[in-house]
Amino acid sequence: MARLSSRREGETVRFSLGGEWVLADSGALEPEAADMVAAARGAARAIVDLAQIARLDTAGAWIIGRALDELAAAGVAVSVEGARPEHALLLQETKFRRFEAPARARGLLIVDILADLGRSVVSAGQDAYDGVVFLGEFVAVTAFAFVAAGRFRLTSLVYHMESFGFRSVPIIALINLLVGAIVAQQGIFQLRRFGAGAYAVDLIGILVLRELGVLLTSIMIAGRSGSAITAELGSMKMREEVDALRVMGLSPMEALVTPRILALVLSLPLLTFVADMSALFGGLLVCWIYEGISPAAYLSLLQEAIGRNTFFVGLIKAPFMALIIGLVAAMEGMATRGSAESLGRHVTASVVKAIFMVIVVDGLFAIFFASIKY
Amino acid sequence: MSLASELPPTTKAPEPSAAREIIRVRDLVVGFGQTLVMRGLDLDVYRGEVLGFVGGSGQGKSVLMRTILGLVEKRSGLIELFGRDRDRLSTAERRLVERRWGVLFQNGALFSSLTVRQNIQMPMRESGQVSAKLMDELAMLKLALVGLPASAADKFPAELSGGMVKRAALARALALDPELVFLDEPTSGLDPIGAAEFDELIATLQHTLGLTVFMVTHDLDSLYSICDRVAALAEGKVIAAGTMEEMLACDHPWLQAYFHGVRGSRLAGAPGARQKDMRGRG
Repeated sequence: MARLSSRREGETVRFSLGGEWVLADSGALEPEAADMVAAARGAARAIVDLAQIARLDTAGAWIIGRALDELAAAGVAVSVEGARPEHALLLQETKFRRFEAPARARGLLIVDILADLGRSVVSAGQDAYDGVVFLGEFVAVTAFAFVAAGRFRLTSLVYHMESFGFRSVPIIALINLLVGAIVAQQGIFQLRRFGAGAYAVDLIGILVLRELGVLLTSIMIAGRSGSAITAELGSMKMREEVDALRVMGLSPMEALVTPRILALVLSLPLLTFVADMSALFGGLLVCWIYEGISPAAYLSLLQEAIGRNTFFVGLIKAPFMALIIGLVAAMEGMATRGSAESLGRHVTASVVKAIFMVIVVDGLFAIFFASIKY
Repeated sequence: MSLASELPPTTKAPEPSAAREIIRVRDLVVGFGQTLVMRGLDLDVYRGEVLGFVGGSGQGKSVLMRTILGLVEKRSGLIELFGRDRDRLSTAERRLVERRWGVLFQNGALFSSLTVRQNIQMPMRESGQVSAKLMDELAMLKLALVGLPASAADKFPAELSGGMVKRAALARALALDPELVFLDEPTSGLDPIGAAEFDELIATLQHTLGLTVFMVTHDLDSLYSICDRVAALAEGKVIAAGTMEEMLACDHPWLQAYFHGVRGSRLAGAPGARQKDMRGRG
């Protein structure tokens, strides 16, 4: 334990410090040092004897140094005695110096809020602009890669199609099977009230093929593959791998971004097809169980309910959704800065923005198809 | 920081007696899959000394350090830290041991989402009991001790140069004034002036705080100027350990090549001030 004893001899105060002056005891040491300063007030001279100190670390030395400085500032002539050589050296190394506190600019709260608001509007505009620039660069680079044959990275494309497309099949099939079944069940229950339970098949066919299949697949892929793209590109950016590519004369866009986005664009329609089929199958099972519609009857009802256009409306949207997911993910990945926190933020932003954009674009498609009556 | 040499030679006494061993490794075997990295390695680190650890690239210097730290599982063997078998420590005891050492990783391993100041305060914060004001002052003090400007305190690691990251990481390793410091290639990536300052800093801290330093290094300058002893790793074992003179006299072919190669002999040929400095302190 830290010990402090003082003895006053006229104008001179003599302090004797002993025990352990270490960081672990800093809670007790700081008040003791303050006591020391208080005790010496009014005295002309203070002698600080360090001979009894058993252990001293930088924190203890700093606290002593700070007290000595405060004593000197109070007009007391201070001298240190009996310090062991290593303690004297430590005291000298940790000699008190004033560190200016970091300036924290604090403005008005309302101004801060407005400034934040303005900044986010500007950054949203910047995002849109950057997105268009990125899309342009992507199209130019991809077109160039196709034209200048041999520059195209087929291996990379196939690899990413496997990881984004093929490996997503089980989860896409499963969630769409469930959603198809749920839609069928709700459709049957609601339509039964009008004695129109069999029309649930129309509901399933149209809803799944036009909207749900592609939407669920896109959202799942944004979460599963979009985040992966952002994290991959982001950590490559952090570790200067992207810079390494650039100085080798390779375009990161061509080497990293194009294969990934193209893989998504090719995979998503295929996955959407899988999604459509498994949702229809889910509907088939539920119709069979709840409404007693046999599979053969289900298929013929389905054939009447939907046309080829219903099927294609969903499928046409898929590559656009893939492009949006890929562009957002790649942009966010490339925008990653040095820290782990930044990577996390960009992965989150990638998924959120991609899902948001997918839903917005789906809405625009709905308006478009309605107005061309497809 | 040049104060180290003004000190009387009596203050440092790394007595190689059995009780003075701060790390004792016996018959250590470490392997990954089919490959054995350590094959019955023995190593002693004595209290208060600076041990330089050398070995060819890929020989497992870092693996040994990580094994001692408990980051890599050993297959068999004994590791004693501060005189206690690491396998027999309870979780609480192990945490106490971990409080007593500081580690400087090769690439700094600063927390990228915290500022330099917060990085340095992290261990203090975890130990509790330290007032905010003292923590701020100590963080700034450590920064000053490792030779970083005050302006670096509020920067994020990504904004620092490689040398500054090293210094900031050392400041964090020293945050709790540990008894034992592990340094993984502390001077790699520093300019010669910076590396020399780093060496002096470590020497000063060793004198003032009674630090024991386990230093993995390739820097022959560091080996000559601040290491009390040098241990060399090859073929999964410590092939030699001793003072620099003993190492230079050793006739193992790898050591011969290491110390008497083009770079080594340049230093050994004109040791002058360095050797004198070593004798003055040793």
